[in-house]
Amino acid sequence: MLIGQQTWEFPSRPRVLGTGTAVGEKEGTGPLGKEFDLVFTDPYLGQESFEKAERKLLEQAQEKAVQKAGVTMEDVDFSVSGDLLPHLISANFAARTNGQPMLGIYSACATSMQAVALSALLVDSQAARYALASTSSHNSTAERIFRYPTEYGAQKPPTAHCTVTGAGSALIGNGTTGPTIRYATLGKVIDLGVKSPWEMGAAMAPAATDTIVAHLRDTGLCVEDYDFIATGDLARVGHPIARELLLRQHVDLGDRFSDCGILMYHADQPEVFSGGSGSACCACVTFAHLLRKLQAGKWKRILVVATGALLSTISAQQSETIPCIAHAVTFEAETVS
Amino acid sequence: MSIQLGNRQKQYQQFLKGRQPSRPFFRNSIRAFLAGGTTCLLGQGIQELFVHFFHMSEKMAGNPTVAILIMISALLTGLGVYDIFSQWAGAGSAVPVTGFANAITSAALEHKTEGYVVGIGSNMFKIAGPVIVFGVVAAFFVGLARYIILHI
Repeated sequence: MLIGQQTWEFPSRPRVLGTGTAVGEKEGTGPLGKEFDLVFTDPYLGQESFEKAERKLLEQAQEKAVQKAGVTMEDVDFSVSGDLLPHLISANFAARTNGQPMLGIYSACATSMQAVALSALLVDSQAARYALASTSSHNSTAERIFRYPTEYGAQKPPTAHCTVTGAGSALIGNGTTGPTIRYATLGKVIDLGVKSPWEMGAAMAPAATDTIVAHLRDTGLCVEDYDFIATGDLARVGHPIARELLLRQHVDLGDRFSDCGILMYHADQPEVFSGGSGSACCACVTFAHLLRKLQAGKWKRILVVATGALLSTISAQQSETIPCIAHAVTFEAETVS
Repeated sequence: MSIQLGNRQKQYQQFLKGRQPSRPFFRNSIRAFLAGGTTCLLGQGIQELFVHFFHMSEKMAGNPTVAILIMISALLTGLGVYDIFSQWAGAGSAVPVTGFANAITSAALEHKTEGYVVGIGSNMFKIAGPVIVFGVVAAFFVGLARYIILHI
């Protein structure tokens, strides 16, 4: 149900029935390492290529989500999935394995919440009983598509991000337990002229703040209604910028505001730079960490604002600026009506 | 693009100034000097070995010295060490011949999954290619200038 200008409210309150997360070694040694379902120390996961490894991560996360929800893959009506690789090879090939009808989506690192929003819409409109929202990224496949070969020695600036190796999946349906999904605010494409692909945090911050402001406007909620608000992957450079931009619009998020790219790694982990990025970053942190806190009763309501930089290698080489997008989803603890 | 968006972009670029950490210029320069210098010192050492133990002239020892540096760099790239060294050393790892070797080896490694011809063959010079193209073009113009100066 549309409320305001760009927000959906889901009256039937679809639930996250089960989540699955699979990550690589670097993520496994991060502060949230113990919360992920599967941690793989081999970047190849025993496969011949990094692309196949990413696919395997996604398949494992999907299987885990379905299994934890207590259903089987055959019960899944639609899989809504995306990744960072051209033509969505990870998502599409994983859908070949799981064998269920598939909607492939792309909004770069904002794919995770777009998948959750669309899955919740499918369930809420009774177009599906169970929808599987998932996304993946792999450091080495992303390096190859967006930057240089993995082993190429190029010095990265401190504003760079580290693409998360991992996959996150959530089974969404009308069950009796699990966090509920109340709102989804879909973002506009915002481009405030950042050109350098090394400055994603600064590029995406305006998109995140635009979506947060739109969400508060559409729902009529205020900041205090939320226990926690997390952006996707603005990381240590983009996060303070977003905070400042919000303050200028008189939205003070205080200490309830953080970022999945910051939460993913320790600040002193080698080669992390400003923090994590990649479509798996927001998915893994949300599904493994943030939703767990909701379930544990620590929080009642959270907002996850996944942020995505919609550039391609070609657009960057043609000196285009970076358009960005952010999609927000409100999760609530079961007890909140 | 609308004028309004153009103005917002200008304002935001202004706002960003000083809000992003810049590259540590001084530290990078020192490290590049140390790493690049050490690489060259290593090269000099290898050349001396060829001169002393294989009785080569200094000029003759040049080519095998470069070959050994290239091999060391390729090996370190394959072992996954060179990119870590580069993050520390910056330009110090990029400028000597070892950087060139790393550019070719890393691209070849990256594309080996697509096979020898369309993978390694067509992608090996993806990063190093421009160096060769503009090296040849520059050599042509320098040669032309030399010819004009000496013969006209």
